[in-house]
Amino acid sequence: MRPAATAAASRVLVALDSVRDPELDESITSLGFVASCTVSDDGVAQVRLQLPTYFCAPNFAFLMVADAYDAVSAVSGVSRAEIVLEDHFASTEINGGVAARAGFVQSFDGEAVDELEGLRADFVRKAVWAGTDRVCRPLIAAGRTGEELVGLTLGEVPASGDLDRLRSRRAELGLPAGDSDPLLIDPSSGTAVETDDLPLHLRKARVTRVSVEANSSICRGLLQERYRPVGAQGDSR
Amino acid sequence: MYEKDGEKYFVVDSHMHHWDASPENWVAGAEQYAKGWIECFHAYQSLAPAETHWTIEHFQKASEEDLMKNVFEDGYVDVAIFQSTYLKEWYTTGFNTTERNAALAEKHPGKFIVNGRWDPREGDAGMKQLEADVERYGLKGVKMYTAEWRQGSRGWTLKDPEAYRFLEKSQELGIKNVHVHKGPTIWPLDKDAFDVSDIDHAATDFPNLNFIVEHVGLPRIEDFCFMATQEPNVYAGLSVVIGGLMHARPKFFAKVMGELLFWVGEDKMTFGSDYSIWEPKWQIEGLVDWDYPSDEFSDYPRVNVATKKKILGLNAAKLYGIEVPAECQLPAEDAGEPAAQDDAVLVGP
Repeated sequence: MRPAATAAASRVLVALDSVRDPELDESITSLGFVASCTVSDDGVAQVRLQLPTYFCAPNFAFLMVADAYDAVSAVSGVSRAEIVLEDHFASTEINGGVAARAGFVQSFDGEAVDELEGLRADFVRKAVWAGTDRVCRPLIAAGRTGEELVGLTLGEVPASGDLDRLRSRRAELGLPAGDSDPLLIDPSSGTAVETDDLPLHLRKARVTRVSVEANSSICRGLLQERYRPVGAQGDSR
Repeated sequence: MYEKDGEKYFVVDSHMHHWDASPENWVAGAEQYAKGWIECFHAYQSLAPAETHWTIEHFQKASEEDLMKNVFEDGYVDVAIFQSTYLKEWYTTGFNTTERNAALAEKHPGKFIVNGRWDPREGDAGMKQLEADVERYGLKGVKMYTAEWRQGSRGWTLKDPEAYRFLEKSQELGIKNVHVHKGPTIWPLDKDAFDVSDIDHAATDFPNLNFIVEHVGLPRIEDFCFMATQEPNVYAGLSVVIGGLMHARPKFFAKVMGELLFWVGEDKMTFGSDYSIWEPKWQIEGLVDWDYPSDEFSDYPRVNVATKKKILGLNAAKLYGIEVPAECQLPAEDAGEPAAQDDAVLVGP
């Protein structure tokens, strides 16, 4: 590979960092789903993706391949993107469909009635629930009362990666995400949470986070068994 | 029975199997699915202690001797509930059929309860088969695998009108317990295949059936918990939770158990080893020894000997009417009743 191609490959990897597993709300690179990534001298980017099992849900798999295609295609120095999902029961439909920019319904002829944006939004909403726990737990540990939490705006919460992530997921859904918007909102309606509803709200946030993180933890374990990937970030057991 | 520190635990393994996934049983032209399915299961076994791992060849088809030794002789199980999963599009004689399970149960009286299955897509023929199976095997329970592929369809939901016909028929035939297992596909494929809201509908409309959600709805534990809080006839099947998390991910195991104890409650959680993905021995020993690992978990409900006795056997014994020896029963004050919907008390942070 020439230096230009090497540099382009680095940019492709950075672009892949922005592609998330929609179900786990984590980057496909940190999950270890990117098996390889190269850019040829004429700018053709080839990315191989691998998932924890042969039977991972095809709708989420399709979204990851399609999102990787879009992210990689937008990288400067890339003339064409080839994204290949390997060892999956629906590899042929997914890889072919994404390469042809066919959409989900057309790629799974007769088996799907709609594209996947509704599914994606449902899981961004779960990410908002889980993110609420990540942001609130340290505040509660630091002694903030329920009434104080309900009164906080996003701009008043100490800066953190978890806060940025929560705001960005809220913004994706069109929910209030500005400095003066409340920290605690109903992720479906966007309305502020009342003090009386806070205990249940926080319980829901916590169980959603536990669910997503436990799922992610199992996926990592299965991927490890299947491929023993290098570079995947482990989780805290 | 398992005995530890003077306490006797009656053990019902409420979710286990005896499958044949050997290459000789793979359907020609569908070998990749048959192979992919069993390899996926085998990967789950890697989450168990290393000394309990099997080779893929052994895992594809455990012998009758293996099963009797692993489950009853070494594994402390008093009664095991066979769950059927057919997958005949991939496995010629079926992956794990009622017929095969019943043959083994007949050889070992008193050891097994055999559960059947149905698939709403099989229509009237499936309904007749269900009637025949109930008559022949005396079924009290059925296992539903909603992601099973059939003639181009990748799955179904309990909300389907045809599924309601089968639920009505099940009730009429005296079936009490419906075990539900979600998988990665459904029709249509753009929907979340793991969604448990169909079980919510069915549980409301069939209050006399118990719905045991296997793997506690994993990977949708939160949706499962919200539903189980509202539906008195919904139970948490702990298969995969114990096998997949207790050893490999102890911190997440503690969190998931804490959430289940809070939302669902100890009277509605049932142990299942998921044999032969995992052997019951280490799961039972580990659960009896288990407690939250640190103060970090102090706002979850506490666990004690009674909690573990219920989970390991007493809850499932109630569901299936299994007689429990007096020495394994709880003193009256600990016995409790399955939680009703208003029992889940929400406490503040």
